[in-house]
Amino acid sequence: MPVQDYQAVIGLEVHTELNTATKLFCGCVNEFGAEPNTNVCPVCLGLPGSLPVLNAAAVDAALRLAEALGFRVPAQSLFARKNYFYPDMPKDFQISQYEEPILSDGSLDVDGTPVGIERAHLEEDTGKTVHVGGGGRIHEADHSLVDYNRAGVPLMEIVSRPDLRSSEQARTYVAELRAVLRAIGVSDVKMEEGSLRVDANVSVRPVGSEAFGTKVEVKNMNSLRSVGRAIDFEIERQVGQLDSGERVVQETRHWDEADGSTHSMRVKEGSSDYRFFPEPDLVPVAPSDEQRARVRASMPELPAARRARMVGEWGVADADAQILLNVEGLADYAEAAVAVLHGGTPRDVAHWCTGAVQAFLRETGTTPAVLALAPDGLAELVDLVADGTLSRSQAQDVLGECLREPKRPRQVIAERGLAQLSDEGELASVVDRVLAENPDVVTQYRDGDAAERKKKRGFLMGQAIAATSRQGNPKVLGDLLDQRLST
Amino acid sequence: MTATEIAAAVRSGQRSARDVVEEHLAAIAARDRDLHAFLVVVADQAREAAAAIDAAVARGEDPGPLAGVPVAIKDTLCTRGVATTCGSRILDGWEPPYTATTVERILGAGGVVVGKTNCDEFAMGSSTENSAFGPTRNPLDPSRVPGGSSGGSAAAVAAAFAPLALGSDTGGSIRQPAALCGTVGVKPTYGRVSRYGLVAFASSLDQVGPFATTVADAALLLDVIAGHDPLDSTSIDDDHAPVSPQLAAGVAGLRIGLVEELTDVDGVQAPVRDAVAQAGAALEAAGATVERVSIPSAQYALSAYYLIAPAEASSNLARYDGVRYGLRVDADHAAAMNAETREAGFGPEVKRRIMLGTYALSAGYYDAYYRKAQQVRTLVIRDFARVYERCDALLAPTSPTVAFPLGAKTANPLEMYLSDVCTIPSSLAGHAAMSVPFGAGEGGLPIGVQVLAPALGEPVMFRVAAALEAAAG
Ligand SMILES: [Zn+2]
Repeated sequence: MPVQDYQAVIGLEVHTELNTATKLFCGCVNEFGAEPNTNVCPVCLGLPGSLPVLNAAAVDAALRLAEALGFRVPAQSLFARKNYFYPDMPKDFQISQYEEPILSDGSLDVDGTPVGIERAHLEEDTGKTVHVGGGGRIHEADHSLVDYNRAGVPLMEIVSRPDLRSSEQARTYVAELRAVLRAIGVSDVKMEEGSLRVDANVSVRPVGSEAFGTKVEVKNMNSLRSVGRAIDFEIERQVGQLDSGERVVQETRHWDEADGSTHSMRVKEGSSDYRFFPEPDLVPVAPSDEQRARVRASMPELPAARRARMVGEWGVADADAQILLNVEGLADYAEAAVAVLHGGTPRDVAHWCTGAVQAFLRETGTTPAVLALAPDGLAELVDLVADGTLSRSQAQDVLGECLREPKRPRQVIAERGLAQLSDEGELASVVDRVLAENPDVVTQYRDGDAAERKKKRGFLMGQAIAATSRQGNPKVLGDLLDQRLST
Repeated sequence: MTATEIAAAVRSGQRSARDVVEEHLAAIAARDRDLHAFLVVVADQAREAAAAIDAAVARGEDPGPLAGVPVAIKDTLCTRGVATTCGSRILDGWEPPYTATTVERILGAGGVVVGKTNCDEFAMGSSTENSAFGPTRNPLDPSRVPGGSSGGSAAAVAAAFAPLALGSDTGGSIRQPAALCGTVGVKPTYGRVSRYGLVAFASSLDQVGPFATTVADAALLLDVIAGHDPLDSTSIDDDHAPVSPQLAAGVAGLRIGLVEELTDVDGVQAPVRDAVAQAGAALEAAGATVERVSIPSAQYALSAYYLIAPAEASSNLARYDGVRYGLRVDADHAAAMNAETREAGFGPEVKRRIMLGTYALSAGYYDAYYRKAQQVRTLVIRDFARVYERCDALLAPTSPTVAFPLGAKTANPLEMYLSDVCTIPSSLAGHAAMSVPFGAGEGGLPIGVQVLAPALGEPVMFRVAAALEAAAG
């Protein structure tokens, strides 16, 4: 059967590192990129005799997610030990949640379709192993070093129901979830730094079938794009297997970004028996009504509502609103600019933010918060276009310079003598000179049909703008030209 | 001299802490080669601490309620910069970078740590014969065991190496050796004393507690170490009224129960059974009412304990993998290093319990073993609750027997496990219990009577213990 005769069934497990000031069970600083083994203590190193104490801020983060995605918060949830040996896991068990997670039954709207979220739970991250020698591969390495800075960093695992049906939907789900996590301020959600990791459970079944196919878990996707690519590859691979009469094997597969395919991971014997049991060193988590009320009162506007407001009140296209919300800090940057506009429109602000500003951020890997051009500088630029001081193409240049150097738009205009020429008398003489120099074109315009007229007018406009060294106000020039051509 | 007397003398300047410490170090030097109560003696550190206390007294400061009192610390408690091995090769030479809360509190109260005491490996055992560094002998009869797992601490107090010691009790590891060595031993209510820095055996059962020669001394040490610790999530959030002021309150009007299932059972020696009856009579004479009570589920407690404790231990002891500290046996790859380190580092009893616990938690067996054991635990708690509606405290033997000869039970683990049959029920319930010397049995060896009280029932428990101590003379 061709691919379109199959339906993909996808569920996602998203692990997000919480940006709490300290780790989940100790007072060590939770930060990315510190010198190896500097943010450690007896607790996160799992030294004999040490005991975990739950960080209340991590519970707050879970409660914020509960508010955002409508999760049920049980009166009591439990931590459990997940037992397995691994050198970068200090205690050789991970404190996680198993039978009674902190959140259950949430949902996220993906392009109008509610996607169920079975559960979300808190757990501690592991350390990080670096293999030295042998090109960094485990089997050829000379030895391995372990950095425990990440050990004990709080993670929230968010497990969707198998409600997704395409890679596109899966990507939107992740993008939307990221926007929510960012908006409620609980995570930096940076896939490249590993603060957001996605595993996908993928299966296929013939269209119309109710029964699920055999699911395969795909790991190691480190960008939104690779989530989409990996799922697409996996769907095709599974359909191919079924079509050739083979069975899909339940397994974990590793996405290889370089060769664009998934590979079976070695099946470790007995690795599935984690011998979960309730963590005896911690007491049940029972968020109080006050704690929940405090969280509720501090909830920000959520991405869906904010996007609707940008589309409705600002007149921004939905796709542009998506970009504003999906780029970290960009929506806040745009809102700050809109707040200080004098004459320009929010729509124009959004235009520059999703265009030049976003391109610059991507190029330089920075965030809006550290841009040389503060939001009121962007507002100034938008106002200067609105009042005719700058043409759009001039504004593009000015913006480019303001993003690269700490200058205000007015300063760049002054330095470059860029201000747009709008004096009607001066421009009228330019237009008259252009018409006098191109009598043939004027004749062809007058004799031509609509298409011909458009072409000739464009040529004359170009000549006029060039004659002003590109500083002439196109609107004034256009009006003057039309006036003369119609008489 | 008792700890109470030493502290009073040092605080008032009548005796120097330095003098006290030298006297005890001399006793250790004279006799511990034979008894092996200590794994490490920190003589220099103890002398320095004593000198600092004397200096404080000279300045007119009060060093605290344990001023100048030598204290022995079970080697399951972390002491910064001092080897902490839990009696295991796998931690041989490990020096913790931090100190257990209970030890910090002792130091803060003017106590002088003299050394780390021997124990069964990771506190698993009832005779201290499971120590990787050789057994401890009973000071009252060196051919016999001191009990365990805190046998080193019990022996240290019985031999007057230190008037006070800390032990840890998971299923009887303070009470049973206290009984066998003729000292007082207290297992506080779970959560009354911080576990931070106590190397875990079975987290839901472990509790740190005192050894002393008198009930008053045990109360003195308990009052120092008890109280909320923010570093231990299971620590009860309460400052706990001190028990010491209760000791003179007497037992008039108290209702005492004799627990049938822990007394009239096979394996309890006749003199031990008689001692419990006499203890009841003594309390009656002092104004208490005594009746026989039943805890039917107590007969299943031992079985439940030997599923729950090993299950937790199998997880707690996973971290000894050769990666970060302690023993490492090098091998070609991490998993092999891990396996060979554990093979070489753990003794047979520890391996047995890790296997038992791993099995009890395994997929397909969890419900039949671990979950079922937890249900028994709930039943035990319920049975105790019913009895405590009628009784303020209970009496039972601490150990079914007096101290037994070295090697008598090493060949049969099950027989060794039965040493804790009387102490395990209150451990499962998380209640308070203590052992008080009362009478003598075979060969004139001491018998311990166990006083049990509900959670946070220490004040009543100590009143009963003080009355028994007085009656025993
Ligand atoms: Zn830490």
